[in-house]
Amino acid sequence: MAKSRADIEADVRDVLVDALGVDEDDVVPTATLKGDLGAESIDYLDIVFRLEKKFSTPEKPFKIAQGELFPENLMTDPSLVEAGKVTAKGIALLKERVPHVDVSEFEKDPQVTKLPTYFTVKSLCDFVQRKLGA
Amino acid sequence: MRWMWIDRVTVFEPRKRLVAVKSVSLAEEHLHQHFAAERTADGTTLPPRPVMPSSLILEGMAQTAGILVGSVHDFREKVVLAKVVSATVERDILPGETLRYDATLERMDEMGASTVGIVDRFSFVDHAWAPVGRIELMFSHLDQNRAGVAFPEENFVFGENFRTILEGAGLRRAGV
Repeated sequence: MAKSRADIEADVRDVLVDALGVDEDDVVPTATLKGDLGAESIDYLDIVFRLEKKFSTPEKPFKIAQGELFPENLMTDPSLVEAGKVTAKGIALLKERVPHVDVSEFEKDPQVTKLPTYFTVKSLCDFVQRKLGA
Repeated sequence: MRWMWIDRVTVFEPRKRLVAVKSVSLAEEHLHQHFAAERTADGTTLPPRPVMPSSLILEGMAQTAGILVGSVHDFREKVVLAKVVSATVERDILPGETLRYDATLERMDEMGASTVGIVDRFSFVDHAWAPVGRIELMFSHLDQNRAGVAFPEENFVFGENFRTILEGAGLRRAGV
């Protein structure tokens, strides 16, 4: 049976509590992984591994490819980032590759260093829901 | 050989599991400081109480699990400990006891790996192994770091320090 949105949110909350050592109450949809929950770079890999484990079933493995959830290597391409800002091409690629992240606010001042602040708990839930439904 | 906190690899299942042992000895100087005799504020003297520091038990597991992770790519990747996900050691480990680090590879990709390890102790009083702890770790492949920082070509992680351990485990040919 397909997981409901509430089930997904509860499972994502468990993953973040375990991976980041945060309180359950702090894991709200609008909380950002970096700013509000204190995620550091290795935590992103930890989150990916835990999501895979949490949402895999014997019938359907839940595998997350590199860059599928967090666009780590996207921004090292010079055609996508100029003078620290993500180019129009970069924004288009973000919308295509990481649709679970709402870049509408980010594109007003697309400083690449600020991109991680747009990853929220809701982004993770959207990602999981879309991927499970696919 | 410095900063080695395992004595020997005893089990190696490629890409899956690696087990190492470490005998704790009073000849190790650090045990005499941890804990040395101490005079308390009320004038009484507490006797020395040598105990293997938990931080070094953690390091022993990191070396065991790190060799397992490094072996997957034949020690070409620079594997560094990136995160202690959880660690519990439930009792003191005393001189004369042997530690066993049993590390299992949970998940691995280009960026790094996660491992789960059980710490056992062999007591020559009970003549049996018993679990004393559990340590979950994450390792990063340094050359794949998210910041794109470049590191030297030479693999300084699996350098000379590991030579004896890797040769003893058959993971590296002697003299190479």
